[in-house]
Amino acid sequence: MLDFMPEIPIAQWVSDLTATITDTFSFLFEPIKNQFGDFMEFFADKLAEVPAIIVIILVAVLAFFVTGKKFGLAAFSVVGLWLIYNQGLWEQLMNTFALVLIASLLSVIIGVPFGILMSKSKTAETIITPILDFMQTMPAFVYLIPAVAFFSIGMVPGIFASLIFATPPTVRFTNLGIRQVSEELVEASEAFGSTGSQKLFKVELPMAKSTIMAGINQTVMLSLSMVVIASMIGAPGLGRDVLSALQRAQVGTGFVAGMGIVILAIIIDRFTQNLNKGKAE
Amino acid sequence: MPVIKVEGLSKVFGKNTKESLKLLDQGMKKEEILKKTGDTVGVNRVSFEVEQGEVFVIMGLSGSGKSTLVRLINRLIEPTEGSVLVGGENLATMNKDNLRRVRREKLSMVFQKFALFPFRTILENAEFGLEIQGIDKDERSKKAKEALELVGLGNYINQYPGQLSGGMQQRVGLARALANDPEVLLMDEAFSALDPLIRKDMQDELMDLQDKMKKTIVFITHDLDEALRIGDRIALMKDGSIVQIGTPEEILVNPANDYVEKFVEDVDRSKVLTAEHIMKRPETVNIEKHGPRVALERMREEGLSSIYVIDGKRNLKGYVTADDASEARKKEIRDLNEILKTDVPTVEREKPMQEIFDIIHDTPVPVAVVEDNKLQGIIVRGAVIAALAGESEVEADA
Repeated sequence: MLDFMPEIPIAQWVSDLTATITDTFSFLFEPIKNQFGDFMEFFADKLAEVPAIIVIILVAVLAFFVTGKKFGLAAFSVVGLWLIYNQGLWEQLMNTFALVLIASLLSVIIGVPFGILMSKSKTAETIITPILDFMQTMPAFVYLIPAVAFFSIGMVPGIFASLIFATPPTVRFTNLGIRQVSEELVEASEAFGSTGSQKLFKVELPMAKSTIMAGINQTVMLSLSMVVIASMIGAPGLGRDVLSALQRAQVGTGFVAGMGIVILAIIIDRFTQNLNKGKAE
Repeated sequence: MPVIKVEGLSKVFGKNTKESLKLLDQGMKKEEILKKTGDTVGVNRVSFEVEQGEVFVIMGLSGSGKSTLVRLINRLIEPTEGSVLVGGENLATMNKDNLRRVRREKLSMVFQKFALFPFRTILENAEFGLEIQGIDKDERSKKAKEALELVGLGNYINQYPGQLSGGMQQRVGLARALANDPEVLLMDEAFSALDPLIRKDMQDELMDLQDKMKKTIVFITHDLDEALRIGDRIALMKDGSIVQIGTPEEILVNPANDYVEKFVEDVDRSKVLTAEHIMKRPETVNIEKHGPRVALERMREEGLSSIYVIDGKRNLKGYVTADDASEARKKEIRDLNEILKTDVPTVEREKPMQEIFDIIHDTPVPVAVVEDNKLQGIIVRGAVIAALAGESEVEADA
């Protein structure tokens, strides 16, 4: 009795929609794919060209200061990065890092304003929240398909998929952070005659900063995981080594590449967390 | 002209505000309206005026609408009806730009939980109002420093609010409000979050500052003692309406209704009532005209054991006792000066009753109330006890 109507062709609709979007917006996607793709490649190449020893020293020094002049993270960075270099994965590491950096930056640039919009408007919140839920719960692999349709293969579709998957935490935490600012502080800024933007920039955003930073930390971590997955559609980096090891059932090679990702993840995570702590005090 | 003039100001929270206002007109109670329309009446047809330099206290228990009322004055909450005139301009109807200008130039607010910005230094906090106005860095830091000096925090300008105690934090709140030199200071339960001892210090300090600055202050509190201490006039609120407006004495001595009376019942009258309230008209003899004989006669008539002695200009000279007077009469002494006792216990008119206890305890004669050494009245023990018991209708004419 459940067969009262034939199968709804949702899959067909989505395919058609994607095709339509690809055709209609090709004037937009083409330049993005080309220009932005060129820029990405240029950026990744330049990053990979910097001598490893300089990068390692730079990271160690930054780690030392970011963690409040402690040696822990700096030492870990030196050993970890050297190990990756030692395993011959340096170029892949730099490629992955370039992707994560650009993807996270774009996520934050897009996410924070949407978060602010949500915090200011109940309607916006009602509309955006389910979209965010959808973006986060849909299996990440699914985004790869339209990404390829829009931008073919390479770095750009990888960043596109990463944007969809990794932006929601920044939006959510920005919204949460601003809504959590105490009523009295908002009243205080209004009572002294603040304009809307003065209130936002002088009170709400500074107060919400640590919450927003927690969201950005999440976004960066999700970007990293997505960038690895994106190697399936031709994004370069450590993920590609994991993928090829998987396809050839090479446990050892897979482990080494995976370890590289873990080291990168730990360094990035501690960096963003400590950045947050430093600002909060 | 009053600095603040509030007329028929109402605030109804909810969706059927028009209907609720109508029901209010029909004299319906707050609870009935809540049941009927689902609206909460915050403030109900409140009118009052505050004069330049006055400390106007709005007091009531929680839920009486006092915090809503103060927020209606600077329109942090939109009024449902009525007008708020500050310096002749109606805030309730003005546009956003004008409202912002009035908030920047005329009104400052001090908050119950201080509402300091934790990521800003004390100086930057005090600068906030000026910064918002776009005043340049040098000038605003100069003004903010002056304000911080005024509240005694000149040495803390580079600290953060989290490093200061509650009392000090509220001083910063006060400095922030004073820095842009407003005409009106709105203080929303400004001292309620502080320890009792600190609270009293802050009240004293506010009064000292007020003597210098002569600002117009609207002070919200739920603490009657606080209201009586600092208020020039007090408005007592209940269920969103003002029940009585008057000076502290008026409210204590002539409560408008049962509610007010009940409210003031537990007040420590000894802190509020002053010598003026409990003194009575003195029996005196004039040293220039009268001798021991007259003094003795007066004492006998009135049933006294001593009598105060003044000169022709009501200057207090001392007192004579009945024993001395009768001795003097036997010895045929004519001049009161010879038996005059000058160890007179005196107090000023404004002396709180609390401080009169000790004096009256140690003296056999009534306490003299003086002003410029002129005798205004006397206080007998019975009057003190009667006043404490709440029968404050003591004749106050001297």
